[in-house]
Amino acid sequence: MAETPLWEVFIRPRNGLSHKHVGSIHAADEVLAVQAARDVYTRRGEGTSIWVVRSADIVASDPDQAAENFEPTAGKVYRHPTFYEIPEEVGHM
Amino acid sequence: MYSQGLIGADSRTEETPEFLERFQARIDAEEKIEPNDAMPEGYRRTLVRQIGQHAHSEIVGMLPEGNWITRAPSLRRKAALLAKVQDEGGHGLYLYSAAETLGVSREQMTEELLSGKAKYSSIFNYPTLSWADIGIIGWLVDGAAIMNQIPLCRCSFGPYARAMIRVCKEESFHQRQGYEIVMTLARGTDAQREMVQDALNRWWWPSIMMFGPHDSDSQHSDQNMAWKIKRFSNDELRQKFIDATVPQAEYLGLTIPDPDLTWNEEKGGYDHGPIDWDEFWRVVKGHGPMARDRIKARRKAWDDGAWVREAALAHAEKRRARKQTMAAE
Repeated sequence: MAETPLWEVFIRPRNGLSHKHVGSIHAADEVLAVQAARDVYTRRGEGTSIWVVRSADIVASDPDQAAENFEPTAGKVYRHPTFYEIPEEVGHM
Repeated sequence: MYSQGLIGADSRTEETPEFLERFQARIDAEEKIEPNDAMPEGYRRTLVRQIGQHAHSEIVGMLPEGNWITRAPSLRRKAALLAKVQDEGGHGLYLYSAAETLGVSREQMTEELLSGKAKYSSIFNYPTLSWADIGIIGWLVDGAAIMNQIPLCRCSFGPYARAMIRVCKEESFHQRQGYEIVMTLARGTDAQREMVQDALNRWWWPSIMMFGPHDSDSQHSDQNMAWKIKRFSNDELRQKFIDATVPQAEYLGLTIPDPDLTWNEEKGGYDHGPIDWDEFWRVVKGHGPMARDRIKARRKAWDDGAWVREAALAHAEKRRARKQTMAAE
């Protein structure tokens, strides 16, 4: 049985927002993928624009390396505005 | 539903007591498990089985109702029923893709449904004999499904939980359109009232069987609760469903076909009569009145669609090759 390729589907709910991942779909090519995504993921006005990307083309970070990748940022509290104390008299900053 | 990139690359887990303990600690902390995370093989297998069955149920569930689309009594009813059946197909697809994130392929799942190896909800092995059945199915069968599915929106496996949120949003329309059909018939002529009561009589027990065996006889329950795949027991959900549904039947002057059904003041819920579990197991094992027809219909759809799948792939290949030649020139 030949496998029909898998596509990841991204939808922009309305202009002004970014496309967001909503799920995936099987389709032979990009034209059918957009049509199938429209049928499956936008039956109730969920979007104004669809992106489809071959799932095989997505490169993901390795969850086993999540600690090395993302934990260092937790230690860098000085990257957040609340790290700096500004006297109340100065007002909103 | 999620990138398949890393799946299959290394899904093996070393199931030491420390690993299992760490996994359980994540679950207990209400952390969601995502497809590429390390997980016990049992957790993966349970989810593949459960999500697969759930997806198959949505797909097979299109059949009993699809049967009535051409005979819907008005254009309004026909449009609603078409939309509902299309939703069921969509729900099947959301669920298949959630299962696929666990490393099982769509082809494999389809094959298991068509060969009869995979199960689907026993409710769809009953026939839809009259138009009233369509109303009763929306009200009771979709109602029971909602009871089951709402807690699944908080399931520990991320893709399943996200799929269920979409499904639940859409399911509410199904139940309401069903109740509206039932209400119209219940307020209609004597013949219509009789027809809808007859449908209720046939669908009530199969509907409450949808929640599965009693807790005392449920083989997978404890582990699934611990893994937060399941949040409420079968009997708890069944009780909620009965308590919600009985007043809705009373409102329409319909009679629930259970002579033992009584309000229990102390527990603040209804007590119901004994469930015929022999019938339940017979139907689950594929001896329901429609079991053979359902699988036959799915096989026919799959076989009849083969040339479309092949043509689409061949067309895609031709376009790809043409593009390549053009790029080379």
